[in-house]
Amino acid sequence: MTEAHLTGAFTSGTVMIPGHDGAQIEAYAALVADPAPRGGVVVIHHMPAYDDATKEIVRRFGHLGFNAVMPNLYWHDAPGAAPDDAAAAGRAKGGVPDDRLVGDVSGGADFLRALPNSNGKIGVIGYCSGGRQSVLAACSLPLDAAVDCYGAFVTGDPSGIEGMPKNNIVPLYDKLPDLRCPLLGLFGADDRYPSPDQVVELEQLLAKYGKSFESHSYEGAGHAFFMVERTAFRPEAAKDGWERINAFFSKHLSA
Amino acid sequence: MCTYITEKIDVAGSGKGAEGWFPLTEGTVYFDHPVHATAEHTLNIDLRNPGRGPGARVAVELTADAARALAEAILRTLDAVPADLIAGSESEAAQSQAVRGQAVQGRAVQSQAA
Repeated sequence: MTEAHLTGAFTSGTVMIPGHDGAQIEAYAALVADPAPRGGVVVIHHMPAYDDATKEIVRRFGHLGFNAVMPNLYWHDAPGAAPDDAAAAGRAKGGVPDDRLVGDVSGGADFLRALPNSNGKIGVIGYCSGGRQSVLAACSLPLDAAVDCYGAFVTGDPSGIEGMPKNNIVPLYDKLPDLRCPLLGLFGADDRYPSPDQVVELEQLLAKYGKSFESHSYEGAGHAFFMVERTAFRPEAAKDGWERINAFFSKHLSA
Repeated sequence: MCTYITEKIDVAGSGKGAEGWFPLTEGTVYFDHPVHATAEHTLNIDLRNPGRGPGARVAVELTADAARALAEAILRTLDAVPADLIAGSESEAAQSQAVRGQAVQGRAVQSQAA
């Protein structure tokens, strides 16, 4: 059999990385084979779990030429458990604490920076609850670019929603002045959380603070329009969104 | 959206999970994105026993209509049962939990002695 010469190759799989408080946590990575220096992306999964759909997103970044890693945010709650069981355990404990999220993203960024083909530039992207967490990380860590995909409660007050926990989900009003890198926001015009008004509020606040914010809202799309196995999937919005993500990270994560 | 809303309750009884039957100790109920169901949001129930590990879990993801139908069926069933049977069930569960607690304490003592 002739040995094939692959271009654009990457290897994907599970790896242990340093997480919050020095804990070793599981993560899913896509590592590009080409030794040429390149940026890295920390992917923050949505609340249901570190799952097949979000691992596919990590591989997409490998395909686009970025190194990528996605920490399993529920590893701390149930090390070694099936991801959905770990997510259930985390949910029962009240969800992912903000400081732990920042520690895990920081560990993911360190992992990517240490790769032999890293150019030192790191971006972060999160979906759904991870959208808010992506902004939180970008306000807390020295990152180079951040993408918020329809994250609720970056702006907007959750305390008025009946049943909403009062302590473990707070909007990021006090963090936004500390945003350290350009932010791309991708939203569905039909979404209620975040609502179009909350997106406008975010645009106004970041303009007031002099931050770089590129925002797009897609008509005919609601929450989770990137999720291909969900009824919320909107192919036109997702296709355009991926193109914008690639252009944004290519611009801000180049050496 | 991820709702972040979670109801947590103590539970007595048993459930059948991936590795067979086990005693249940707690339940969480939330309406949020499912892991497996195709609806955008579902009413999710996890019946768990964290003392036996995170895999000791019985999970369902139900559409809102199915969840309401289930809740109403549960209440209708309980309402139809003679009250003394319900009281007996509660009392037996309490006794069973007390016996299980003693057994756990006994094992702990043995473990310390070893």
